[in-house]
Parts: sequence; structure tokens; C-alpha cells
Amino acid sequence: MTSYLLRRLAGTVVLLVVMAALVYVIFYALPSNPAVLVCGKGCGGGQLAAIDHKLGLDQPEYLQFWHFLEGIVMGRDYSSGPDVSHCAAPCLGFSFQNDQPVLSLIAQRLPVSLSLTTGAMVVWLLIGVSAGVLSALREGRFTDRTVTALSVLAFGTPIFVSGMLLLILFCGFLHLLDFPVYVPLTEDPAAWAKNLLLPWFTLAISQAAVYARLTRTGMLEALSEEHIRTFRAYGLRERRIVGRHALRGALTPVISITAYDFGYILVGAMLTETLFGLPGLGQLIVQSSNNVDLPVVAGLTLVAGAAIVVANTVADLLYAVVDRRVVLA
Amino acid sequence: MTAELVAEAGAAPEAPARGRQVWRRLRADHMAMAGLVVAIAAIVAAIAAPLLIHLEGQDTTAYHSGLLDSARGGVPLGSFGGVSGRHWLGVEPTTGRDLFARALDGARISFLVAFGTLVVQILLGVGIGLAAGLGGKVADAVLGRLTDLAISFPQLIFAIALLAIVPGTFPRPMLLMLVIGLFGWGGTARLVRGQVLSLKTRDYVAAARLSGASRTRIALREILPGVSAPLVTYAALLLPSNMISEAGLSFLGVGVRPPASSWGQMLSTATTWFQADPTYVLVPGLLLLVNVLAFTVLADGLRTALDPKARSLRGGRR
Repeated sequence: MTSYLLRRLAGTVVLLVVMAALVYVIFYALPSNPAVLVCGKGCGGGQLAAIDHKLGLDQPEYLQFWHFLEGIVMGRDYSSGPDVSHCAAPCLGFSFQNDQPVLSLIAQRLPVSLSLTTGAMVVWLLIGVSAGVLSALREGRFTDRTVTALSVLAFGTPIFVSGMLLLILFCGFLHLLDFPVYVPLTEDPAAWAKNLLLPWFTLAISQAAVYARLTRTGMLEALSEEHIRTFRAYGLRERRIVGRHALRGALTPVISITAYDFGYILVGAMLTETLFGLPGLGQLIVQSSNNVDLPVVAGLTLVAGAAIVVANTVADLLYAVVDRRVVLA
Repeated sequence: MTAELVAEAGAAPEAPARGRQVWRRLRADHMAMAGLVVAIAAIVAAIAAPLLIHLEGQDTTAYHSGLLDSARGGVPLGSFGGVSGRHWLGVEPTTGRDLFARALDGARISFLVAFGTLVVQILLGVGIGLAAGLGGKVADAVLGRLTDLAISFPQLIFAIALLAIVPGTFPRPMLLMLVIGLFGWGGTARLVRGQVLSLKTRDYVAAARLSGASRTRIALREILPGVSAPLVTYAALLLPSNMISEAGLSFLGVGVRPPASSWGQMLSTATTWFQADPTYVLVPGLLLLVNVLAFTVLADGLRTALDPKARSLRGGRR
């Protein structure tokens, strides 16, 4: 187990360096000159050279990449004469448009993304797992077919369409909710939850579809296993068999996929956040892409990659913890 | 879900069903036939878009400020977003541009990008999958890791980032095909590789090898035809997912640029109008939804028709 962990960790680090290189090549080494993008169109040659120097773009490429990596580990200073901007470790770059290190921009957005993802996860697990279990217990019957048809529908609906339909229904026609505005949990928990209700359900609908299918398959598989038959033969109550023994087997893949999805949605809920105007990480990626704020885009892409790599690792570890038959090697 | 679909689509068909047999099975599947009808109608409408728009007597760019209620911030006059004999789906708020024309034009872009992306995905996926399956241990290991990476990658994030830095002069639909395709070939490659691995041990492939056929010949003439059935199914599933990707990127403002229209882009401008003019939201939203569902159901029907042993997505006995 320890050696597996160490190897996995080493693999993760290698993957992250590769990803950093990729991000660097895409955003800094490609011909689109970041200095021009930072400065804008009306920039003279002198100003351009100064920015080039400040960003370190006048150095050879391999040195630039080294400084980029160095910044992540040790922090770095961006200086041009008297004007020094310090960016503490782990420095993911410095946004000149916002005059802030990329990391602090990310830190401001993180609570929003965490609120959105955690709440949505609770909703999609509740809906998905119970629908999946129900569907498996009524295999081939009306309930099963309804659940399956609904999950195809829910999975096929683009998230911005289902979100918009929910908006029209709950805000436009029924007037039950207002257009969501993010309120921090620490300020007003009730308002926080009420405002996030629509985004949670929007995200959860398409996720729940996947989880329902996954749970259904797992449940059917678990119910057909020998030890379940033995329990039945012993005369154990059906509720106990399903709730305690079959569910445990069925939930193994669900748990590990949940870890993966959590990492992905935390950084990648761009559509939901944009639709509802939630100031999370996904919205930050979209906004900085549209403003061509390269350091932010590059830093965020790296963070996103890291989040997903970590989530993948956690997913694999959880798999082994939940299902003792899995041997990590 | 996609991985699951790959696994199910990849359940190797023993004897490839004949065209006529497949068609007969498909015709018996009412849902799939409904999907097929909608899909064909949509594609024909998209191709004939200029003609249909001409028939309506409108165009995509003309402003009709006379049809708007300036006192209410430019909401179209009349019910259902200004639907009338002259504007079949109403007009856009604040500009008064014809929605029927813009939606059809958006259909054109949507299908163009979805099919173009599919070509990129199939070329890359089949090439890499064949190479991994036939190219020996090292090639398989390297390409296999690459495929894993491509599948688990945060595609949308990278696509947004890439789209942001490419100069605006590059033709946008082409760029979208390249970017979505570049990040979306992993599933195809995995599917093809799996099929190749199972096919290459078959006797008829061994026979071809013994009779002196070249590697390329074996790959293209002996193995590729065997891959085609699951590939067709998978391609049919990729199509709606490509449509969603394009619409999503355009919704986020990094996809199709104005004055060209796209369903995703229409939806993004419609966000602020969902209360005052729901029709404006519903037109592109439902068009996208109906098309995506039609293609998904069709793909599912195609899969069960090509491989009767596969279980339908819709469950039940079939």
C-alpha cells in the first residue's frame, strides 16, 4: 500500500509537470504575444519592451519555463525597474489586468465553487442512487422503464438548456424563486441555500442520470451474487439484504466516480456558473478567456488539471478502501 | 456514461449483420424511427436553410425595430415573442431580427461543426486505435496512456483556453471542429483498439498474413471492416455530444462569433430575457434538445439493430 501510494504520487507529480509544460507551451510559447495581449492595441514599442521584460518574455524559452515552475514552488517577483509585484509561492502567475496574483483570484472564487459542487453532489447522489436502486428492484417493469427513459432524457439535455427551463418554470411562471444571487454561507445560511437551489438541481439533473444507471447496473450485479442468494436462503429480511449487503456492493463504483466528478465539477462547472452568474472558478475561466487574461487562464488550467489528477487518485484509493477485493499494485 | 457506452458499443458483434437485416430491425424500433425522421428533417432543413429563409421572406440580419415595444425595453410586440405570418418564430428582443431565420442559420452551423468534428475524431481515433492495436507493445503502451489522458482530460477547460488565444481571423467553425475534435478522439481510439485486439487473432487475419499481405493491407482491408459496425454506432453517439459541445462553447462566448448565429449563442443572449420573452429562450433551447435526443435515440436503435445482443439504453426487453 505504501509503495503504491508513493508510486502513484510520483506519477501524479510527473503528470503535473507535463501538464505545466503543455499549459506553458500553449499560452506563453505560441506566437500570440502575451505582452501585446496584456498591453492592448494602443501600445508603443517602448511600453511593449518593458512589459516583455517584466513578464520575463525577453529570456530564452527554456529559462521562462524554468521560472514558471520555480514560481510555483518558491514564488517569484515580477519587476520592471521600481515597479515590483511580488507573487508568493505557490505562484501560478500574476494577472496584470486585475493586478493580483492568480492564486488569490482563485482563493476568492473557491467558496462559491465548493458551495455549488457540494450541494449539487448531495442532490445528485440522493436522486441518482435511490432511482437506481428502485429501478433495479423493479427490473423490466414500468418503474424501471420510466427511470431509464427519464435518465436518457436527463442525460441528453444540455445543462444550459435544463437550467434555462428550470429558470423559466420556477422564476418566470411559478415565481417561487428569484434569479440566484450568491450569498456566502457564513453571512446567511438560509439565503445561501435558497439561492443555490436552482444551480444545484441544474447540475444534479444530468449527473443523477448517470448515477441512476450506474447504481442500477451495480445493484443488479450485486443481487445476482451468490452470497446474496445465501442470505435469502437463510431467510434474511429482503430490506436488510438490499439495504445492507447488496447496496454495499453496488455503491463501490458510485463512490469512486463521485470523487472524480467532485474534482471535475469543482473547477469545471463553467456552464452552470455562467448561466446563473455565480462567481466561481468556472466563471473565472470563461471571463479571463474572454478578456484574454493569459496568466489567469494558464494558472487555472493548471489548477483544474491538478484537481482532476488528484480526484482520480482519490477515486482509485477509495475504490480499494470500499471494496477489499481490489488490490492496489 | 460515455465510457459505459463505449464498453457496450464495443461488445464485439459475432457476425456483422447485413444492411437489409439492420434496416428491418431498425424499422421495427419506433423510437429509433422517430429519431431518424427528426434527424433527417433537421439536416435537410439545415442544408436548405437559405431557401427556407427566402421562402419566409426574411433574412438573418435585418432589424425590425417597428415590431418591438420600446416602452418595455425592446420586448417583441404581440404574443409568444411576436409570432406572426411574416415572422414564423417571432423576433429577437432589442433588435427585432427574425428568429426563424436565425435558428435555421444556427442549425446549419450546429450540424456543420458536429459533422466536421466527427471527421476529425474518427480520423484521429481510428488512426491511433489501429496503431495501438497493431503496432506492438511499446506503441500500445504509449498510445494507450495518451488515450487515457485524452479521455480523462478536462476537455471543456482546455477548449475554452485554446479558443481564447487563437486570433479572430481564423475561420471560427473550422477552429471549433479542430478544437473539439482534438480533445474528443479518446473514446473512438479506445473502442477501435479493443476491437482490433480481438480481431487480429482471428483465423482470417492470420490467413491474410500468411498469404503475404502487407501490414497496411491487413489493417485497412481485413481489420477495419470488422471495426465498422461498432464505429458507426459510436459515431452516431458522438454527433449529439458534438452538438452539445459546440452549443456549450458558443453559449460561453468562445464559440461561434456574431454576426453568425448558433443555438448556443442565441441561448446565451436569451438568458436575460427568460422572464420577459420566454419564446426567445425556448426556440433555440428546444431545437437543441429535440435534435440531441433524436440523434441519441437513433444511435441507440442503431446499436441494437447492428448487434441484437446489446442491451438497449432504454432498458426493457429488446
